[in-house]
Amino acid sequence: MKMGVYSEFLLFSCSKILYWVEIMHKLDDIDRKLLRVLQEDASLSAADLGARAGVTATVAARRVERLERDGVIAGWAVDLDPRALGYEVSVSLRVTLDKTERRAFDAFIAAAKAVPEIDAVHTLLGRVDVRLNVLARDLAHYQEIYRSQILSLPHVLDIEALMLVSDVKSAPGVPL
Amino acid sequence: MTVALDDVDRAILRHLQADARASAKAVGAAVGLSQPAAWRRIARLQRDGVIRGRRAVLNAAKAGFGVSVFLGVKLASRGRVSLEDFERAVSAIPEVVVVSHVLGLYDYRLKVVAHDLEDFERILRRRIMTLPGVGDVESNVILTEEKAAGPRV
Repeated sequence: MKMGVYSEFLLFSCSKILYWVEIMHKLDDIDRKLLRVLQEDASLSAADLGARAGVTATVAARRVERLERDGVIAGWAVDLDPRALGYEVSVSLRVTLDKTERRAFDAFIAAAKAVPEIDAVHTLLGRVDVRLNVLARDLAHYQEIYRSQILSLPHVLDIEALMLVSDVKSAPGVPL
Repeated sequence: MTVALDDVDRAILRHLQADARASAKAVGAAVGLSQPAAWRRIARLQRDGVIRGRRAVLNAAKAGFGVSVFLGVKLASRGRVSLEDFERAVSAIPEVVVVSHVLGLYDYRLKVVAHDLEDFERILRRRIMTLPGVGDVESNVILTEEKAAGPRV
């Protein structure tokens, strides 16, 4: 089972890397400058964005359009502060699934995605299988979510919790 | 720290979560406000720190970073190593994009992005394993991101 998952991952990462090589040829310094600015602040006008990357507004707008079409820019997001919204507790849950159950991953992920207090779900290759992030107003609220929504998720073998104490660094995106 | 929000504020935030690039006019139309009124509300939500910003979300692989990894880091000699020294050193590594101080099995949770597995191994061995005070390190490679919804409004 482990070998299967591993070779699948190798295939997956090889195809990903080939794809990356193909795209990388298309990204030049101006693209990277634009992306660097946009992943920090997407609210700039085309003129301001262009000025930051050393191109005209028209060139900046055309480039951004192309980067969206190529899928380099996957989308746009508003960054809300969970604390300002009243979420004082953030817990990263590391979940090990019962891999003898064939449908474990799909069933678990579908159920986890439906829980509104879970704001992030990642599948992983390593010692644990899935990572969930839970936001709660306080510890009592967290306990309530954990008991009623998390423990009832299907095919779980083990859960470990890491509770957030402080955000030391949180850089948006990738270091272009 | 919590900011008092009314139903209209929440409707605005939900609209922006669904469409981060919406103009004040479009937001206003969706929640029943004039454009200037919507603009004032959005400006206030930004000033109060509820809205930290609007960002482009990149496809990391297509931007040249094919491998993303969550690391759990345990410090080796607690007490003898200053947390500040570790935090300063780890935050200075550009490929380490997230550093969270946590309670539990590990002391820190990191997110590392790399061009490929070879690049990741180099970062792990040369930059992370050599940080002051690093003990046990566990890597979990991210295969897929299934949900990134942001906080429920």
